[in-house]
Amino acid sequence: MEKRRGRKVMKDKEEVVDDDPRWWLVHKGIAASFLYISMFALLVRVAVSLHPYSGAGNPPKYGDFEAQRHWMDITLNMPVEEWYRNSTTNDLSYWGLDYPPLTAYQSYVHGLFIRLFHPEAVSLFTSRGHESYLGKLLMRWTVLSSDALVFFPAVFYFVFVYYSGRPHGQKTDIAWHIAIMLLSPCLILIDHGHFQYNCISLGLTVGAVAAVHSNKELVAYFLFGLALNHKQVLRRLAPFERGIYEDYVANFWYTTSVFIKWKRMFTTQSLKLLSLGATVSTCLPSMLQLNSAFSFYMFSFQVHEKSILLPLLPASLLALEEPFLLKWITLHALFSMFPLLRRDGLILPYIALSILFTLIYHAPSGRRQDRKETPSFNSFVTTIIVLCSVVLHIVYLTMQPPRRYPFLFEAVIMLLCFSQFMVLCFYTNAKQWMLKRSVFMDKEKKLL
Amino acid sequence: MGLQGATSMQYLLWFFGIATCVKLLLIPSYHSTDFEVHRNWLALTHSLPLSQWYSDETSPWTLDYPPFFAYFERILSIFANLIDPQIVHPQKGLNYSSNTVVSFQRITVILSDLCMLYGVYRLTKDLDSKRRTLIWVLVIWSPMLVIVDHVHFQYNGFLLGFLFISLSYLEEGRDLMGGFFFAVLLCFKHLFAVAAPVYFVYLLRHYCCGGLVRGLRRLSAMGAVVTAVFAAAYAPFVYQGQIQQVLRRMFPFGRGLCHAYWAPNFWVFYIILDKLLTFFLRKFGFAIPTPEASFTGGLVGDSSPFSILPQITPLTTFMIVLLALSPCLIKAWREPQPGMVTRWVAYAYTCGFLFGWHVHEKASLHFVIPLATIAVQNMDSARHYYLLSIVSSYSLFPLLFEVREYPIKVLLLLLYSIIMWLVFSAQFTDGQEAKATSPINKEAGRLELKGNGNVAAKKGGFVIRGIEKSYLVGLLVVEIWGQLLHSIFFGERLPFVPLMLISIYCGLGIVYSWIWQLRWIIRSPES
Repeated sequence: MEKRRGRKVMKDKEEVVDDDPRWWLVHKGIAASFLYISMFALLVRVAVSLHPYSGAGNPPKYGDFEAQRHWMDITLNMPVEEWYRNSTTNDLSYWGLDYPPLTAYQSYVHGLFIRLFHPEAVSLFTSRGHESYLGKLLMRWTVLSSDALVFFPAVFYFVFVYYSGRPHGQKTDIAWHIAIMLLSPCLILIDHGHFQYNCISLGLTVGAVAAVHSNKELVAYFLFGLALNHKQVLRRLAPFERGIYEDYVANFWYTTSVFIKWKRMFTTQSLKLLSLGATVSTCLPSMLQLNSAFSFYMFSFQVHEKSILLPLLPASLLALEEPFLLKWITLHALFSMFPLLRRDGLILPYIALSILFTLIYHAPSGRRQDRKETPSFNSFVTTIIVLCSVVLHIVYLTMQPPRRYPFLFEAVIMLLCFSQFMVLCFYTNAKQWMLKRSVFMDKEKKLL
Repeated sequence: MGLQGATSMQYLLWFFGIATCVKLLLIPSYHSTDFEVHRNWLALTHSLPLSQWYSDETSPWTLDYPPFFAYFERILSIFANLIDPQIVHPQKGLNYSSNTVVSFQRITVILSDLCMLYGVYRLTKDLDSKRRTLIWVLVIWSPMLVIVDHVHFQYNGFLLGFLFISLSYLEEGRDLMGGFFFAVLLCFKHLFAVAAPVYFVYLLRHYCCGGLVRGLRRLSAMGAVVTAVFAAAYAPFVYQGQIQQVLRRMFPFGRGLCHAYWAPNFWVFYIILDKLLTFFLRKFGFAIPTPEASFTGGLVGDSSPFSILPQITPLTTFMIVLLALSPCLIKAWREPQPGMVTRWVAYAYTCGFLFGWHVHEKASLHFVIPLATIAVQNMDSARHYYLLSIVSSYSLFPLLFEVREYPIKVLLLLLYSIIMWLVFSAQFTDGQEAKATSPINKEAGRLELKGNGNVAAKKGGFVIRGIEKSYLVGLLVVEIWGQLLHSIFFGERLPFVPLMLISIYCGLGIVYSWIWQLRWIIRSPES
C-alpha cells in the first residue's frame, strides 16, 4: 500500500492515455472490463475442456471424472439416506461419496441436467465407466456453468468491495487484478482439465471474504459455511484408512518421510493426533487466511496436490499488494501439479496457461514496472530456481527414472516446491507479525 | 508523449502471445478435411519427385495450389519427418490423425502467423502509436482467423502477411517491392489474383510514369521482377513438361457455381430468384422443366441448373467481376494514390467474393482483414467494419458444426464485438473525429450529416445506427432459428433451410459492404 501512494495518482483521463498503452482496454469502466475479461476467461476454460480429463480411457477405476459422474448417478437414483451408506447398490469402495452434503446436492442437480440430454451417462450401475462425446461435453458444461455462476460473480463482488474503499485505485490495476484472479492457471487446469468443482467452494470463500470486507459478517458466515459444506476447507471427513500421505504431495510429511519413516514409527491413531496438533499450532500465529490455508496444506493429513488451490486463493486476492508472492506461489503450485497433469495428458494446457499467466502478470505498461518486483538481490536467486525448474520439467518428461527409485523425479519436484512454500510461509508469517506490531504501535501512539 | 519503438514492439508481441496461448489450447479441437489435405501434401512433396507432385492420385486430396506452396510444404515435411515419419508416408500416413501430426500441423500454422504479424507491423509502421495498437488488436485477435486457420485448419495467416507486406511497400511508394511481394503471393495461392487488375493498373500509372523512356524502363523492370518470380515457381515444371497438368489442377472448373455450403454472395440471390420465379410461374400454369444439373455439381454439358434465368458459366462470372471492378480501376487509372491502395485491393476481393465462381465462404477473409487496417481512419469506416466483421464471422459458423466448438465460436465472436466496441470508442471520443488523417474525411462529414451518426461523433463514443442494430439483432434471430426453432417447428424436414437462411442473411450484409465500399471509392476526392 505504501508503495502505491508514492506513485503518480491519476488525476484525469489524459494522463492515463499518454502513459499507459492499455488505456483503451479500461476506459469504459470496471464493469466493462470485467465483462470482457470474464468472457475471455470463459473462452480459455472452454478451450481447456477440449483436453482429456483425469482417468480418461483408463479402466477399471478411471479417475476424478468418473468419481463425479458416479456421484451423480448415486444421488439421482438413490434416496438421500443411502448416499453415504455402504450397501449393495452403493458400493463405497468404488468412489464412495467422501465430500460434505453440498457437493452431494450439487451432484444431484447436475445429474438432473445430464439425465435430460443423455440418460445413459447417469443410470445406476450401467453407467460405470461411461465415456462418450456427449457425456464428456455435458459434464464439462456443468463445471463451466458452476464456475460462471459461483466463482465469477464472487470475484466481481470481491473486486467491487475491495476497491470501493480505495478512491485512487487505477483502472488498469483493477483490470489486471481481475484478470489474475479469473485466469489462475492452477484452478483452470484442475477444474476444467483434471475435472473437479473447486470453483464452487473457492467462489463461496471469495464471497465470504468480500462480505467481511464490506462488514456484512452474517453473509460471510453463511457463505463460508456453504464453502465448508461443499469441500472441507478446514476440517476433513478424513479417510484415515488411506494413510497419511497419498501420492506425492509437497507436504511436510512427505518431504520429511524421505528422512524419517513416519509410517513405521507411529500408528495411524497417533499420526492423526500429530497432524492435527501440527496444523492447529501453525494456525495459531495467523489471522490472515493465507497463513491458515498454508498451514493446512503444509501439515494436514491426507492432502492432495489440488489442495494447493487453497492458499493460492488468498494469495490471488492479495495480488495487488504482494504481486511477487502470487507469482512465486502460482508457478510452484503449477509445478507441484505437473506430475498429476502429465498423467492426465494435460501438458499442452499446462504450457499454454503458464505462458498466459506470465503474459498477464507482466502486461506491458508505459511506466517502469517498479511496483511489481522485489529488490534485485533476490532476482539472481529466483532466476536460478526458475532455471532449475525448467530443467526438471524437461528431465521429468524425457528421462526414465532409475529402477530403484521409480518416483525419484516426483520427489525432487516436490522437494523444490516444498522448499519454496516454506520460504513463503515464513515470509507471510513474518509480515503478519510486523503488521500486528505496527497496528499495536499506532494504537499506542493514539493513546499518548 | 508517445510510446518508444521498443515498447510498441513489446506490446505487439504481447498481443500475439495471448492469441497464441488460445490457439495452443485449441489444438485438439475439430479439424476439417483440409487438415488431411495439407498432411497429404506434406507426404507427397516429401516422398515423391517433383515430376509427380501434380499428377499423383494416391489420395483424393490432390495438390491444387501453385508451386511456392508446394515448396513450403516440402520444407515443413523435413521437420515432420524428424518428428514422426508416419506423417509423411504416402500410404501409411493416409488419414493419420494422432496427437503428433495434429500438434505438428497446428503449430506450423501458429508459427506461420508470425508472417502476418510482421506484415501488419510493417503496414502500420508510420501511424501514431494509438492507432497502430488498435489496428493490431483488430487484426491479431480476429475470430475469423482463429476459426478458419486454427480450428478448421488452413494457412491464411501467412498469406495475408505477404499481402500486407506488399501493400505496405505500395503505400510507402516502393512499387517495385510491392509488385514483387504480390507476385510471390500469387505463386503461393492463385486465388489472390483477383486483385491483379488493380495492381496492374495502379503500378502502370504510378510506377511506370514520367515520360515514355522512363516509363518503358520501369515497365521492363517490373516485368522482369514478376517474370523472375513466376519463373522461380513454375520453371521446374515447365522443364518437366508438366505445366499443363499444373494448370489443370490449379483451375478445376469442373466444379459448380456454388460450394456445397453456399457462400453468402450474389449467386445465392440469383439462385433464390430463379427458384421463386419457377414457383410462381408454375402456379400460373406455365410448364417449367426441372433442370438436371445442380448448382454444386459440375457443368453437365450444355444443361443449366437454372430453370428460368440465364445460365452462368465461369466466363460469365469473370466478366461480371471485371465489370464490378471497373469503377475502381478507372479511379486507379485517373489518380493512383498510395493511400487508397488497401481499399482498392479490399474492394477487388469483395467483388471476387460476391461474383466469383465456386467461392468458399472462407474467402471473405481476404477482404475483411485488410479492411481492419483502415477501419480506424474515421467513424464511417469503423461502423462499416464493425458490421462487416460480425456478419463475416457469423457466416463462418457453419464451418464448425460440432457441439463441442459451439461455445468457442460464440465466445470468440462476442469477445471480438466487445473489443471492437472498446477500440472504436477509444478512437472516436471528443475531438478525435476531427483529427482523422484521411483526405476523404470532409466527404465523409458531408455524407454523415444525413444520418444520425454525426451526432454520436460529436458527443463522443462509438454508436451504430438503428438499422445496423436491427440487422445484428436479426443475426441473433437467424441463429436461434437454426439452433432451436427449426427443429421445433419442422422436425427433420427441410434440413437445408437453416444453412440457407444464414447464407441469405449474411449475403445481405456482404452486398451492403460492397455497395458501401463502391460508394466510398467513387466519392473519394481527387486532388
